[in-house]
Amino acid sequence: MARDRERGNREPGTGNRNDAARVVLRGGRVIDPSQNLDATGDLILAEGRIDSFETAAGARYGDDVRIVDCAGLVVAPGFIDVHCHLREPGREDVETIATGARAAAAGGFTAVCAMPNTQPVTDNQAAVGFVLRQGQAANAARVHPIGAISLGQEGKALAEFGEMVGAGAVAVSDDGRPVASAHLMRTALEYARTFGIPVADHCEEPTLAAGGAMNEGIVSARLGLKGIPAEAEEIMVIRDILLARRTGGHVHLCHMSTKGSVELIRWGKERGIRVTAEACPHHLSLTEAAVEGYNTNAKMNPPLRTEEDVEAIREAVRDGTIDLVATDHAPHHYDEKEREFADAPNGIVGLETALAVVNTWLVKPGIIDVATLIDRMSVSPARTFNLPGGTLRRGTVADVTVFDPGREWTVDPARFASKGRNSPYGGRALTGLVMCTIVGGRIVHQAAG
Amino acid sequence: MTPPLGKDLLALEPLTPEQIRLILDTAEPFKEISERAIKKVPTLRGSTIVNLFFEASTRTRVSFEFAEKRLSADTVNVAASGSSVSKGETLVDTARNLEAMRIDMVVIRHSASGAAQFLAERIESNVINAGDGTHEHPTQGLLDLLTLRDHFGSLEGRRVCICGDVLHSRVARSNIWGLKKLGAEVGVCGPRSLLPSAVSELGVHVFDRIEAAIEWAEALNILRLQLERMQGGYIPSLREYNRVFGVTRERLERAPRDVLILHPGPMNRGVEIDSDVADGPHSVILEQVTNGVAVRMAVLYLLAGGSPALAEAAKGASDR
Repeated sequence: MARDRERGNREPGTGNRNDAARVVLRGGRVIDPSQNLDATGDLILAEGRIDSFETAAGARYGDDVRIVDCAGLVVAPGFIDVHCHLREPGREDVETIATGARAAAAGGFTAVCAMPNTQPVTDNQAAVGFVLRQGQAANAARVHPIGAISLGQEGKALAEFGEMVGAGAVAVSDDGRPVASAHLMRTALEYARTFGIPVADHCEEPTLAAGGAMNEGIVSARLGLKGIPAEAEEIMVIRDILLARRTGGHVHLCHMSTKGSVELIRWGKERGIRVTAEACPHHLSLTEAAVEGYNTNAKMNPPLRTEEDVEAIREAVRDGTIDLVATDHAPHHYDEKEREFADAPNGIVGLETALAVVNTWLVKPGIIDVATLIDRMSVSPARTFNLPGGTLRRGTVADVTVFDPGREWTVDPARFASKGRNSPYGGRALTGLVMCTIVGGRIVHQAAG
Repeated sequence: MTPPLGKDLLALEPLTPEQIRLILDTAEPFKEISERAIKKVPTLRGSTIVNLFFEASTRTRVSFEFAEKRLSADTVNVAASGSSVSKGETLVDTARNLEAMRIDMVVIRHSASGAAQFLAERIESNVINAGDGTHEHPTQGLLDLLTLRDHFGSLEGRRVCICGDVLHSRVARSNIWGLKKLGAEVGVCGPRSLLPSAVSELGVHVFDRIEAAIEWAEALNILRLQLERMQGGYIPSLREYNRVFGVTRERLERAPRDVLILHPGPMNRGVEIDSDVADGPHSVILEQVTNGVAVRMAVLYLLAGGSPALAEAAKGASDR
């Protein structure tokens, strides 16, 4: 049974006085890989939906139309992040659903999926409903809740997938608390089939990864930090792929970081197993060398790996072995990061730098083209998680991202809409700036200047 | 003028061979001060130094304290237990509070790798790393180098093997960098479960058998086996460790040459080193301890802005 596809009809908020019934994105390069479209013209949005695409130059519009000049810019279906941590409920001091949704909009995301490792854990329909309502109230990017796989993410009893999906959950995951039990993973993949949702796994063999603070290798040996070997991820990647083969369930592998994982996913896909995978911008751009000097803003899990791994992940994003890019946006309080490396929490913020990082490290050097970037950040996430958006077809929700692929800017975490400042890109000059983000036909972010 | 070592001594890895030689050369005249009846020179009079020890330590803390006192510095010892640290104060707050008291130097021992650098980046005072986690213990590395140099003259081409738990040893890392920078060949020997998996990328010879290491080496630096490694599942038992990796007289007697024996202490006699080796004719373990004070005086002196020539003068006209 297909899930309720009407989710996309929910308007995020109502009655904004700046709303125009019609918005025209004028003169941009409209790229929509979902329909192999790449042409210059005016994209017209009406009543919160994609209305039409006008390629004739100099078209005239009435006074009630809001016109956004997109000359020299790329107009794309809105980006969708299937993996972020918005910290509410529980850690509203480091992020709320509202600040997270605004950060998402600032980063060109029209929808994000919120991981359930909140306090308390989002493991029941009431909790899922809370996330959904807070997301609607935020009036920014759409927020799709992800429910927990196990009650309390304790890795024991299955959470009520059916009720959580009924309340708006789009997937289940115990992200942050890897599913150690192969039996639980198997059961989750089987049970999820009824509801047609992916089971998203954080692949980490806990006994190998225990106490680890960075990639195991020459840098960890030099810095005297306990390493997390690539095999801690790869063992779980192949376990999950084999369980997906056994069960027919859809396993989605979060934040892939190693060359070996890519090879295993390729193996699974060649056999028609229902495995999808994501990579994070930081695993596409940085290596373990970023940890030098005990930089806690380069500490995340899975850790930054070697150049060889980064190259393999880039190639996998290019050839589609890795289906999509997701941020694993993980805000932390600066006090928590301002401490001894081994004691600092894992994770970095990513929503507001994702486009620029992927553009700078993959598009600029010619590894992928802009259309592929849009596919991996919009079309593919929508398809993989069965979400509204990810297309500019007529009649679909008007979730649109406008960006300047050539615009250089310097990352200043103090200016993030997110409460999190923990970015390894602070002070770096990146290329690619989000100019305008439109959700349901409404402009939720516009770049200053 | 930039001080010859920079602001801090955090590790040997970033130092140049010239900087290491400078410290060792500076230590030479300081050795003599400890041999005097009145073991004190006024070199650091008026300087305030905090010995900030977040981990239990007797030898290193006492060695630093003697070094400081023999240079006439005012010193305060802060141990983790009983201080604000045990009340949950963060390292950064501890650092700021020390800084606010206008101290000149901090000697820090901490269980977290990188803690000394963390502190150094946040305060103006000079910071000396007295051991950070499993990263480095630079003054131990320096005193080992000084001891080896006393016996070998030059370390160029000398073969030194570090034996035991290299994975968790800050002494091992400081020794590897220091020895390599002074031109020595470095070996490591231990169970693979106690060597970093990337050990070969450190530019060292790796020995799986202690017999092979002894046959190769001119000096062995035998690391203390932390007893908790057994609980961690890295080795099955201390008994078997001694049987397979212990440095025993029998094994040394089969060596083609005399092998110098170093150990950073404290020793587990009968585990990594047998008593008749520790107390034997080729053991320089107590010389290491003596040299420790001189090396630390040299480091304190150089970080305070002293020059090697002045070190000679500092010890007064009465000597040599």
